[in-house]
Amino acid sequence: MSTKTITGVEVNVTEDGYLKDMNQWNEEIAKEIANEIGIELTPKHFEVINYLRKKTKANEALTIRSVGKSGIVDIKELYKLFPKGPLKFSSKIAGIPKPTSCI
Amino acid sequence: MKNLLILGAGTSGTMMANHLRHKMHKNQWNITIVDQYKTHYYQPGFLFLPFDTYSEKQVKKVGKKFIPKNVNYIQKKIEQIYPEENKVELEDQTLHYDILIVATGSKIAPEETEGLIGPLWKKDIFDFYTFEGSLALRNKLREWEGGKLVVHITEMPIKCPVAPLEFAFLADSYFTEKGMRDNVEITYVTPLTGAFTKPTCSTALSYLLKEKGIHMESDFAIEHVDNDKKELVDYEDRRIPFDLLVTVPTNMGDEVIEKSGLGDDLNFIPTDPNTLQSKAHENIFVIGDATNVPASKAGSVAHFEAETLTDNILLYIDNSPLKKEFEGHANCFIETGNNKALLIDFNYVTEPVYGSFPFAIIGPLKLLKETVFNHWGKLAFRWIYWNMLLKGIAIPFVSRNMSYKGKIFDIKPEKN
Repeated sequence: MSTKTITGVEVNVTEDGYLKDMNQWNEEIAKEIANEIGIELTPKHFEVINYLRKKTKANEALTIRSVGKSGIVDIKELYKLFPKGPLKFSSKIAGIPKPTSCI
Repeated sequence: MKNLLILGAGTSGTMMANHLRHKMHKNQWNITIVDQYKTHYYQPGFLFLPFDTYSEKQVKKVGKKFIPKNVNYIQKKIEQIYPEENKVELEDQTLHYDILIVATGSKIAPEETEGLIGPLWKKDIFDFYTFEGSLALRNKLREWEGGKLVVHITEMPIKCPVAPLEFAFLADSYFTEKGMRDNVEITYVTPLTGAFTKPTCSTALSYLLKEKGIHMESDFAIEHVDNDKKELVDYEDRRIPFDLLVTVPTNMGDEVIEKSGLGDDLNFIPTDPNTLQSKAHENIFVIGDATNVPASKAGSVAHFEAETLTDNILLYIDNSPLKKEFEGHANCFIETGNNKALLIDFNYVTEPVYGSFPFAIIGPLKLLKETVFNHWGKLAFRWIYWNMLLKGIAIPFVSRNMSYKGKIFDIKPEKN
């Protein structure tokens, strides 16, 4: 298992840098991962991130569509917050698994 | 007499009727199954129909033929489920139940994407997730002279998540055999990070796209189809031109689930991923594509679920605790073209692995490797489906939970 030190904390990550355990996440880690991607987090970002974490904890599948219906942002706004791959980057920053298919 | 009611006579519902009729006392339990359609389709065949590999006849049969004699079969439209009153309204009839199994599946919802059902629908834009779509696409491909072919996934989850990729691989072979591959540009468009999203698979299989000259557009979430310019457009105004678009529209559960207030925003029913009991009502169980469990929406998953659900229905009747047994086992053939196929075996937590299947070392099928034998396996599966799987006959040596014997979990790049 690979580890990475983010903001002085050692966390377990996948090959492409997603946290393996969402419980190792905190807001400082989120800001650091966002920095690496080139996104500066605002309160709106955190609203989306907390929504994603809540859904993941409840074992519910995440789709761009469900975020768009969350009442927090519509899909266009989601793209503005996390350009070039909203679900991919928001998941990474939220410390939850990368959205995958079966292969 | 008590009543067990099954909604939907597709793969899952038919299997459940067969399993349960053999195991529930005939003098204590009536079993009824409802489906509005007469025809049962072999849906994996929709992948082959466009390429003239299968004929129409090979993918459809009369559904009733697969329902056991002592099960009451009703061919009517389901209007609404009333979970608090334990009843289901059909078009002109009311059914009361003690136990309900929902197996209403999932279907495409092209109307969810703006511009999909427009002037180009069924002319230059096709789906292959319905019999009609697949057949229309076959007729189009027979006369198509080439250009930009775009194979596209709208959003996850979809039924059989690898089918679009298989479609791209088979298209490469099909046009090669027709001697027109040079005139066709194939592009695969996905909302995910790539064709292969799991590290084991991207390690083992990335060579396939390159080998077949298939272009890739990833992280593409479609906003609309521009029918005038013939382009897919995403939320950042990224545009992908096409001459022929083969799309997998949004997949959703049946509208009866929405009407009955039982589903999530895609009409899939919140279901316990290990017991298959619905989260909201203890006498409602859900199987197959109708659930929201994080397993693939595929017949093989439904097959493994059916074994666990059968046990759990019997345990529920007996007032015993349910088995928290189902672990998302899926076992799927993936066609890679040129008469070869891969086989993958995985579950909720384990990624597809290398090894042999179903027997350690002996195989004869090979996991995560392209072989001709795997392709024969996929073609033979049509017979297994009609003659064994639907009838609830166990497939020898293939167990409901994933076997870890003879499989390699530490995957490194491998050279063939």
